[in-house]
Amino acid sequence: MAFQENVREIFKQELDAIRSGGIFKEERIICAPQGSDIEVEFPMGAARKKVINMCANNYLGLSSHPDVVEAARKGLDRRGYGMSSVRFICGTQDIHKELEKKLTEFLGTEDTILFPSCMDANAGVFEAVLTDQDVMIADRLVHASIVDGMRLCKAQQDTYKHSDMGHLEEKLQLHQNARLRLIITDGAFSMDGDLAKLDKIVELAEKYDAMVFLDDSHASGFIGKTGRGTQEHCGVLGKIDIITTTLGKALGGASGGCVSGRREIVEMCRQKARPYLFSNTIPPVVVSGAIRVLELISATTERRDKLERNTAFWRKGLTEAGLIIKEGETPIVPVMLFNAKLSQDVAKDLYEEGIYAVGFFFPVVPKGQARIRTQLSAAHEMHHLEKALAAFTKVGKKYGILHKTKQEVIDRYGM
Amino acid sequence: MPEIKDIILTYVKKEYVEEGDDIDVTYTTPLISGGIVDSFSMVSLKRFLENKYNIQIPDAKATPKAFDSVNSIIELLKEFNVK
Repeated sequence: MAFQENVREIFKQELDAIRSGGIFKEERIICAPQGSDIEVEFPMGAARKKVINMCANNYLGLSSHPDVVEAARKGLDRRGYGMSSVRFICGTQDIHKELEKKLTEFLGTEDTILFPSCMDANAGVFEAVLTDQDVMIADRLVHASIVDGMRLCKAQQDTYKHSDMGHLEEKLQLHQNARLRLIITDGAFSMDGDLAKLDKIVELAEKYDAMVFLDDSHASGFIGKTGRGTQEHCGVLGKIDIITTTLGKALGGASGGCVSGRREIVEMCRQKARPYLFSNTIPPVVVSGAIRVLELISATTERRDKLERNTAFWRKGLTEAGLIIKEGETPIVPVMLFNAKLSQDVAKDLYEEGIYAVGFFFPVVPKGQARIRTQLSAAHEMHHLEKALAAFTKVGKKYGILHKTKQEVIDRYGM
Repeated sequence: MPEIKDIILTYVKKEYVEEGDDIDVTYTTPLISGGIVDSFSMVSLKRFLENKYNIQIPDAKATPKAFDSVNSIIELLKEFNVK
């Protein structure tokens, strides 16, 4: 074998560099269904600890909902476990078409195509739709999967400063000679929890003859009055040309994603998108659960309303406790600590207090903007949030960061 | 005529420094390793240089290291006889 000691050494050194750079990622083992109360084994082999989960994308609390689990179970019985085929050979069941139709109705678009994940949807859509005569103009904080998808596409790339509409307009003017212009944005940005100015983006798209691409993974199901996402929140339902979203977060949390939008674009994906053509699609069990999720959230807005109340309580509570948070209205609430080590220390202490939240720092977020990202869920009850708030207050007091300005925190701990 | 390095510095400030950023970008400020320009956004800087000076910078030369400061960009441009 060619995997000799010298080859092993190359990888070992690279891994050591990741460790010494402080960005080595370790998995925490969850020994329970996903939910607000979970049991965690961390580090591996340590005693299991009961904690409140404040870092899942389980926004609507549907990951372990009994109706969804039951629907998935029935799907398993009725349509089996796997497809053993890509979609266009013999990997499409009636329930795949049903889910695509339900997503189209929910998102208010013309058509939808499923992908194994939203990562795959983003990896496949640009290359399938655009050519080297076109240009993609992306917000600089779009998700990594979009960046990867853009890199696979031959169209010219450009970027604009995060949510800076003046800069976007300049870029649209610059690229008026391209055959097609595609503005690319997330709906809710996953690290800061802010929302795209989608109404302004659509206005600029109309003025400069551009299409709009929206990744609404952190918004579908709960942003907007009926949970249709950022496009509903910003009053531009039906005006977005390409929407990608995931079934791996609010919409049941299992896996899978889609491209939804203009009929011809979806058809181009069916003909040309490589993750669709060369990979099995979502398994029947997940499709069945996702169909039930869409039925549940189309019947009532109860869960997204509760999430909205939880979010308001949490944002107000943290602010009154004296912590610095990123302002906004989404259930992604970053607690700003600025210093990377401080973010790790606070997360560790919170874990000791029974609160599971994760610290993020450069290169995941810009230098000097380390934070703990908290995420709310409709599965959180008031007692969860009160306990979490008490823990944040206790740990914040220990580190002397309550009721301090950003500059005071930085003066004490550095950037 | 402003010097090339001033033209590039002005572009970098306008293109990459966000409103409210407390950053003073100079000729030596690390742009990529300093987190001001990420590799995703670097593409507009490359295109600016190519259009402005009518050159083609091959991807192999458009490295994060070569683009890491205004001074290192000047060194790169010298390879294309832009002085």
